[in-house]
This record gives sequence, structure tokens and C-alpha cells, in this order.
Amino acid sequence: MNFAQRMSLATDNPVDALVRFEDVKKSYDGINFVVKDLNLDVFRGEFLTMLGPSGSGKTTTLMMLGGFEQPTLGHILLDGKPVERLPPEKRNIGFVFQNYALFPHMTVAENVAFPLRYRGITGAAAKEKVRQALGRVSLDALGDRRPAQLSGGQQQRVALARTLVFEPSLVLMDEPLGALDKQLRERMQIEIKQLQTSLGITMVYVTHDQSEALTMSDRIAVFHDGRIQQLADPKTLYDEPSNRFVASFIGENNTMPCTLLGREGGVAIARMADGTTLKAAGANVSGTGANISVSVRPENISLAGKGVRAGLNRFSGKARDVFFLGDHMRLSVEAFGGQLVTARIPARQARHFALGEDVVLECGISECRLLEA
Amino acid sequence: MWLPSYATPSERIMRTLVVAFAVSVLLFLIAPLFIIVPLSFSKDPFFTLPVREYSLRWYADFFGNARWMNAIANSAVAAVMTTILATTLGTLAALGISRPDFPARRLIMALLISPMIVPIVIVAVGSYLFFGQFGLTNTRTGLVLAHTALATPFVVITVTATLSTYETNLTRAALSLGAPPSAAFFRVTLPNILPGVISGAIFAFATSFDEVVVALFMTAAEQRTLPVQMFSGIRDQINPTIMAAATLLLALSIILFAMLALLTRRRVK
Repeated sequence: MNFAQRMSLATDNPVDALVRFEDVKKSYDGINFVVKDLNLDVFRGEFLTMLGPSGSGKTTTLMMLGGFEQPTLGHILLDGKPVERLPPEKRNIGFVFQNYALFPHMTVAENVAFPLRYRGITGAAAKEKVRQALGRVSLDALGDRRPAQLSGGQQQRVALARTLVFEPSLVLMDEPLGALDKQLRERMQIEIKQLQTSLGITMVYVTHDQSEALTMSDRIAVFHDGRIQQLADPKTLYDEPSNRFVASFIGENNTMPCTLLGREGGVAIARMADGTTLKAAGANVSGTGANISVSVRPENISLAGKGVRAGLNRFSGKARDVFFLGDHMRLSVEAFGGQLVTARIPARQARHFALGEDVVLECGISECRLLEA
Repeated sequence: MWLPSYATPSERIMRTLVVAFAVSVLLFLIAPLFIIVPLSFSKDPFFTLPVREYSLRWYADFFGNARWMNAIANSAVAAVMTTILATTLGTLAALGISRPDFPARRLIMALLISPMIVPIVIVAVGSYLFFGQFGLTNTRTGLVLAHTALATPFVVITVTATLSTYETNLTRAALSLGAPPSAAFFRVTLPNILPGVISGAIFAFATSFDEVVVALFMTAAEQRTLPVQMFSGIRDQINPTIMAAATLLLALSIILFAMLALLTRRRVK
């Protein structure tokens, strides 16, 4: 059963939600709300990512769940019980911090053994658990080192081992890979995901890196301006963004302002700035207001083929910028009276375009989405 | 520091003048302190320089005299008690004031360090009148309390400085791993701010051990501290034993500050 299915089963069933945010609001100064009306369920065994730019409220939400901040209003339920007043040390939640927060005055093994003492595990039993935890992150030989003697990636693993050693039911991570270089980051993404799956841990992960979120998550909550803009699995999020912010934050998108003329069947007719019309797959745009746009991803725009086919929008423009990038070509075209539209042309179709040359492009109607701001 | 080989004569003269000026400023600062050292080893019962004959008789006098020994013991006890009190209070105050959500931080900080700024005579008279109400004048408790007020600001300042580079997430991590707040403090926070706490403690000890004005007001003959004993010694009979006492006090200060320097060097590493 995948998470989309489980989600549909669980929507009305709070038992399956390990964490539930109920109308949570947070303000530090009593005037501005960093988190506004948060309602979110985290399911058992799920990898949920809170994705958003800095200042969007995602880290504050994580801190409230960890117990380091208190919600101004609303409730946080852990396993069905409200925990707003429960201090962090009583929540039994694992927390991996941005800069690992390893204790510099202790060895790696002492770091990993730290949580065991407060769970009554000492002596040989503790040693065995530490050994297992370090083995799980392939650091068996480094137990006697100090954190300062380790590389960034190794420190990250120690932080993971220290969190996993007490087998928390819920692990929170605050941009844990931010300080690593790209290659290491990608390897750690896979490792963390594998650990999470094999141990069946529920994980709430905060990042501003959309590719990280897409790689690891079962579901992604996109945060902006203190609200969840969309909560969905990675594919839905990418293919069916629910508003303009999500469309531009996840991957790349051409956002073209338009007005809604009407609907034909399930397809909306949009009039662009220069009067030409595009057809777009429905989406949930209600009114005919001015703040509407057609959104289409560069990889879904191609050079127009011969003959007109059904199910395609066709439009023309003048070539502006052309970049050849090896496997593909980026072609920016000025269309709809001044709007720049970028297309990603596969390398085998690439050819020379002169500046200002007339280009005819097409894109599938089902890939054009009508969005509100 | 050294000039390159192509420096012009005027640059060399300039450099020499700067060095000479710097050295004379340093001498101006420390020469009065070191005058007492040779005097304490002089055999003469009056202060003459250069010293004609060396001896340890004033040191023998110092260590053989019950009044001096009593004064040193009084100073040590008061200083140790002051250090314990001031370090505890100052560290707690610094921890509180360093919380990001602490209200009116600057105002409270100014209040906390005000004993350092207020003229010492005013602190002394104020302490005398205030503690008198509670019968604490001429008691060791009163002296320790007054010295604690003087010493605490040093601890607040050094610990606050250390906390400014302390990663708060370490404490949060300890809590998230299940440590109760007190264990998180003693096992994680304290070991990582220890250099600041120890520097503060050294300052607190030195403040109490060297202090004379408040001690003059707050002590009777039985609680007389070393600096008070020296002060009354100067007034009553000029005697080179005072020079021996001063040299010992100077040596103690140098040792304390050497410890401090070692501590800060380790912290930089």
C-alpha cells in the first residue's frame, strides 16, 4: 500500500496519524504569525518533507514538534495525545540538527551512548547498542575519535547513529545535509532514505532543497508565508502544482498571465496578453479574475512538428536566447506580446536559431495548467 | 614586526622611536610593581635602592607572625567563598541573560555589572550601612556577600562572552536525547562553557583577595584580610615585611593571570 492510498484511507481516521497539527499558529512577537493555521497529519512510517524558502515557517513547525518552541494557538498531537506542554526530553523524538550538534567534549561512542543512560541502558548492553548503531552508519572503527577529528559526512553519520540508537518512533531532521558538498549530499540522501525504510521510522525532514525533497519523500508539504501551499507526493506535486508558488518553487515553470474565457468540456480556454488563446487542463481555478496564469514546464514544450494534431497548443514567437547544454538545449522565445517562454529541446532536435528568428512551439493541453497566484 | 631590507633611514628611525615609546609605556605601567620585589629581599629595615645586602628576613618575619598568617587565612577563606558564590550566581545570570527571548537584556546587564563601575568607596559605604541593618558588619558573611557583589560582574562578563560562541543546539540536542535539563546543563552545557566559567572564577578570586576598601569597612580585627593588614601596617609602622607580603600577592596575581592566559590559549585552539 503506498502512501497516497494510505492517506485516502486515513483521512478520517486519526489513529493512523502519529503526529497531528490542529490549527497551530505561532507568533514570536504577538503581531506577525510565522505559522498560520497549520493542519497536518504525519502518518506512521512515512517520510514527510517540509519544503520551503527560509522564513516560510517550516523550521518553526519542526521546532514546535521537537518541543523547543510552543505553539501560540492550537494543538499538536503525538500518538493522539496533546504534547504542547510536554518538554523535549519527555517526547522521545529523535532530532538531527543542522550542524549535527555533536558534543565536542565526548568521543563518538560517548556521543552515541548519551541517550541510552536516560533510558536505563548501561554497561555491556549500552556498548552493544552503540556498536550496532555505529555499524548501521558504517563507522565501526571510529568510536574513540572526537567529533572534531571527523569529516562533515562522518559527523552527519554520528548524529544519525546517536538519534537512531534509542529507537525513537519519530525522527525530525532540520536541513541535516546543508553543510555537505553535492556528491556527499546525494549519497547521504539515499542512505538516510534506506535507513528510514528499513527501520520503519516516521521521519519529518526540513529542507529548502527541492531536489532533496523529491528524492527522499513519501509526501512533501510545501511551505510559504507560514502556510502549507500544497501537500502531496512528489509526482503529484511536480505534475499538478496547485498554485503559482508551488509551480515555480518545484522545478522550473513558465508562468504566463492570462484571462479565463470559458470552458469546453474539461478544458479551459485562456486568452493570453496578445489575444491568442491557449487551452489548459482544468485545475481548480474558480473565478475569471485577473490573477490567473497558464503554467507549463520547459520540458513539455517542443518545436512544432508537421501537421496539426489534437490535444496540442501551438504558438509562435521570436528566438531570444539559445544555450546548448550537452544533453539538451534551452531556447527562450518571446511570445504572447513580450512574454519570455523557455523550452527544453532534446539535443537530437537542436539546431541553430538566429536571434529574432520566428519559431513555432507546441505543448500538450494536459501539461498546461491554469493556476492562481 | 621587523622592517624589510629596503627600509629608508627615516623609516628605521621612526620604527626605533615607536619601539622605544612602547617599551617606556610598559615600564611606566609595571615598574612601580617591581620596585617592591628587590626591596622585599633587602636586609635593611628601611627602604633604600639599590639594595646593599640581600636576605629573607622579612619573609621569615611574615611567615612567623601570627597576625600576617591570620590575615592570609582570612583572605583565602573569604576569597574562596566569594569565588564559589560569585561563580554560581554569575554563571546562572549569564545563562539567563543569554537566552534569545530574555526581556530588557541591556538594562539587566547594565545593572549586573554596575558594581564594577560604581566608585568603590560608595560600594563600601553602602555595604556598610546596608549590611549594618542585618548585623552583618564585622562578620565574614558580610565581607563575603559584599565581595560577591563586586566579583559577580566579572563572571557574568566572561561567561556571557563564552556563551556567545556556544552552540545552543548542543543543549537542545541533549534534551532531545532524553537528558533532563539539569543533566543537559552539567553534562553538555557546562563542559563547553567551562573556560569562561574558570576565567570568571579566577577574576572573582583575585577581586576578593586583593580588595581593600570594602574589606576595611566590613571587617573587625578578627576578620582582617591580607590587604587590610598591609594597609594598617603602612599606617602604623613602616616595615619591609609589607614588601614581602606585597611580593607574595604579586606572585599570586601573576600565577592567576598565567592560568588565565593558558586557558584562553586552549580555547583558541
